[in-house]
Amino acid sequence: MNDSKGLAFLPHLPSTTYRILGQITLTGDQSHRLAFPWVGYMTTIGDTRYHQKPRIRPPSEVAMLPEGETLSRALKSHGVSRRRFMEFCGAMVATLALPSRYVAQVAEALGKARKPVLVWLQFQDCAGNSESILRSGHPTVLEVVVDLLSWEYHEIIMAGAGKQAVAALQRVVKEEKGKYLAVVEGAIPLADGGVYCTIAGRTALDLAREVCTNAAASIAVGACAWDGGLVAAHPNPTGAVGLHEAVPGITLINMPGCPQNPVNTVAVLVHYLTFGALPETDHYHRPLFAYGRLIHDQCERRAHYDAGRYVQEWGDDGHRKGWCLYKMGCKGPQGTFNCPNARWNDQTSWPVKAGHGCLACASHRFWDTKSPFYERLPQVPGFGVDVSAGEIGLVLTGAVAGATIVHGVASAIRDRARGEATAVQPTPGPPPSPAAGGAGVPPASSAPGSGDARKS
Amino acid sequence: MARIVVDPVTRIEGHLRIEAQVDGGAVTDAWSSGTMFRGIELILRGRDPREAWIWTQRICGVCTTVHALTSVRAVEDALGIEVPDNARIIRNIIAATQYVQDHVIHFYHLHALDWVDVTLALKADPAKTSQLAESISSWPKSSRAYFKAIQDRVKTLVESKQLSLFASGYWGHPAYHLPPEANLLAVAHYIEALEFQRQFIRIHAVLGGKNPHLQTYLVGGMSTAMDPDEPHAPINPERITFLAEIAKTAQEFVEQVYIPDVLAVAGFYRDWFGRGEGLGNFLSYGEYPMGGIHDPSRFFLPRGAIFNRDLSQVHAVDPAQVTEYVTHSWYQYSDGDAAGKHPYDGETQPKYSGPTPPFEHLNVDEKYSWLKAPRFQDTPMEVGPLARMLVAYASGHAEVKALVNGVLAKLNAPATALFSTLGRIAARAIETQLMAQQVPKWIGELDSNMDHGELRIHNGEKWDPATWPRSAQGWGFHEAPRGSLGHWVQIEDRAIKNYQCVVPTTWNAGPRDAKGQRGAYEASLLKTPIADPERPVEILRTIHSFDPCLACAVHVTDARVRRFAKVQVE
Repeated sequence: MNDSKGLAFLPHLPSTTYRILGQITLTGDQSHRLAFPWVGYMTTIGDTRYHQKPRIRPPSEVAMLPEGETLSRALKSHGVSRRRFMEFCGAMVATLALPSRYVAQVAEALGKARKPVLVWLQFQDCAGNSESILRSGHPTVLEVVVDLLSWEYHEIIMAGAGKQAVAALQRVVKEEKGKYLAVVEGAIPLADGGVYCTIAGRTALDLAREVCTNAAASIAVGACAWDGGLVAAHPNPTGAVGLHEAVPGITLINMPGCPQNPVNTVAVLVHYLTFGALPETDHYHRPLFAYGRLIHDQCERRAHYDAGRYVQEWGDDGHRKGWCLYKMGCKGPQGTFNCPNARWNDQTSWPVKAGHGCLACASHRFWDTKSPFYERLPQVPGFGVDVSAGEIGLVLTGAVAGATIVHGVASAIRDRARGEATAVQPTPGPPPSPAAGGAGVPPASSAPGSGDARKS
Repeated sequence: MARIVVDPVTRIEGHLRIEAQVDGGAVTDAWSSGTMFRGIELILRGRDPREAWIWTQRICGVCTTVHALTSVRAVEDALGIEVPDNARIIRNIIAATQYVQDHVIHFYHLHALDWVDVTLALKADPAKTSQLAESISSWPKSSRAYFKAIQDRVKTLVESKQLSLFASGYWGHPAYHLPPEANLLAVAHYIEALEFQRQFIRIHAVLGGKNPHLQTYLVGGMSTAMDPDEPHAPINPERITFLAEIAKTAQEFVEQVYIPDVLAVAGFYRDWFGRGEGLGNFLSYGEYPMGGIHDPSRFFLPRGAIFNRDLSQVHAVDPAQVTEYVTHSWYQYSDGDAAGKHPYDGETQPKYSGPTPPFEHLNVDEKYSWLKAPRFQDTPMEVGPLARMLVAYASGHAEVKALVNGVLAKLNAPATALFSTLGRIAARAIETQLMAQQVPKWIGELDSNMDHGELRIHNGEKWDPATWPRSAQGWGFHEAPRGSLGHWVQIEDRAIKNYQCVVPTTWNAGPRDAKGQRGAYEASLLKTPIADPERPVEILRTIHSFDPCLACAVHVTDARVRRFAKVQVE
């Protein structure tokens, strides 16, 4: 029906590829990260990490197959060579840490796909997650928004306003029913009939119900959309909740953090584009690749902790030398996130590197459970309240494997490739659809919750 | 006679609704409503004042850092803490970086599509676009082939019928006046600015750990330890070099892309120098301490107020003269809604009295917004880049005067043209150039301190709450990118007793007060011509010229006091 074109920024991909690889190599400072040879990395991953072939669906099953144009044909008409396209696919595979032999399959899947539609809703938010996605570097926000997806509603940046904006959203809900992705940012107020957040005269709850129940899958970005975040912190004046509580029963993945890291959210989108399903999650519906490991275990200052070298006062000798921030209130031992490895803003830094303790901002209800933020944690080592058995299992698995620090995306796909061997699934949910073999389910044809996407 | 509703107002931060009465093809009255409320100030009560900045920063993720800075200043004011010189400099760099980042994103990604018709770029001649680009700037990306590639990209997008974010624009609207080549140039720079903002903000990543929501402020200083000899110090010579390189690149982009684009676009829309004027009253708290925080006379941007467009007189600003009204806001005061209250006396309760959702129209005769109505000396004020530049201009700030006069000369416009929609855009651009020049200087100061062995980044004398008085109160201020921001904090028994924020967009987007005086948005929309009530791009032009940030603007305090259970360790 529609032509699919895009990926016009592909000529930039050699450097993009390089930087993606920098991002998934995880030792030391930036200079080291960028020097890592990618072929070797891929080989290592391929040989040692994968016990089972990732379940990439046959291209014929990929969601939203076009009748006419495909991405690859559009690229050709755009002057983008097959080689460039394959480089792009290689970069995607690297982001997802798949063995390099899957490049061809990813290429085939993307080459067939018409751009899926995405809508991004903002409720009781600060727009920090929107700003964060703007900083996406690999791929860039424009590649995500225009080339890989058709990003048709996002109040902070969309062209239309008022009636035209409302019409754009309504068109997607009706005409793309069951096929589009819905991203939700911000909490949803339930108190007093939802009057604490209205858009075009409708409550956030009303909109979330309509948009998310008709979506193929929903992605809750940031702490507020997950569990109400700061808005739901005591005394929760507006009765704010996260998406899964406001609209139960939808196919959902949570991307907490304050804000979410675009590296992870974009990885989820690429995963969805490639496999037609959301990645493996824990019982909080957080993808394991990003939220499966303790920050403390990945921290660049961990050696100082083990050696008993602590910052005692802000600006002291230890602070200048980059010693452990535990005594200054760091919550790294209680939080899981891939912050130390994924880092922020093109892998430039992260809070502990910049000298401040971690807030464990991807932990459940962290605003109330991790504050006061400058109080020293009472017991370390140990696992925080939000660390599930599955997460602990992952940590142990990592230790047994003798793995050096690996990027979260890598671990996510590794788990996927293992056929969920290490992923404990504490919450009961519908069994994977037999027809789909428990793997990628075409969102267009699947019932919510089947396949990899957990039901809330 | 028609009532136009624009909801959601997009390309802003947060949830804003504009209702406008249109008669005879022009706006005769307007109402601005914030439609989202979280209650963050209430959530703050009972918590550790040293971490208030972490919480308040989440008021907004677009103007991230601004509430963090204001909060630590408020607590430092309450406890009498002076920060080391390095902390002052680092805070200045972070704040100035935020100005440049916010202003560039605002112009290209939040505002440009009100002036630029993306689809018209298809009709442009790439060769002529190249000539146009080279006639206004020395920016190297200006070849015919470059613009041809951009045009092909737009063509691909339009032909795909999957226009993504651009699908719902007012394309073809008669109010768009740019020639095709200028549209193509703007589209190219829209894309370049996306790359710019991603690279430039790495300054925040170095000094703040991440952006959005930096994580290095401390009451008493900053947590970015400095050491010239330590490779793992957050600030060392290698990091300084990295910052300096980014700052230099940013300065080039601002001077060679942003400023020429603003001048070029403004040249085609000169009638907007006479529209969107608004209140004519301007407020600035002043910003960028060059010495102590308590010495506004040494701020880089001066403090002051201007009334009735009178640039011959800059009035002194006393924060004690700030009040907030709730007459038309969904809150109630215990002693009636007719009088305003100073932030220290805030005792507001949310009380929604609007229509039950879903609704078509607000009852604008009564309460109609989650925003309060702040007033200075009982007068509504406009805040933001225009206010700052006017106060600086009227105060005789040499660099600002030179930049403003230069821009006015290029546009062949009188100083009074600044009181307008385009005036706000021009002032924002001028300010960006000013601050982009300033960032490298402060990076140099930091470097110089480090060279001379001045490494202090934190004053820890009052870090331990045991050193605090039983009760204290303080005011923190910041000229955020969008305007004057104040936090008022009251501390009792080492916990926050009361916290109140009066925020730039509350000044600009707030509703009427007890006297019926309109807020800045409402006043600025009067007389705006509307060519097509179904597609009111003219309303967006003026509202966007303020750069609205609604998440910041909506807040509340509450009389209930909460004690947070402290975890005692050791």
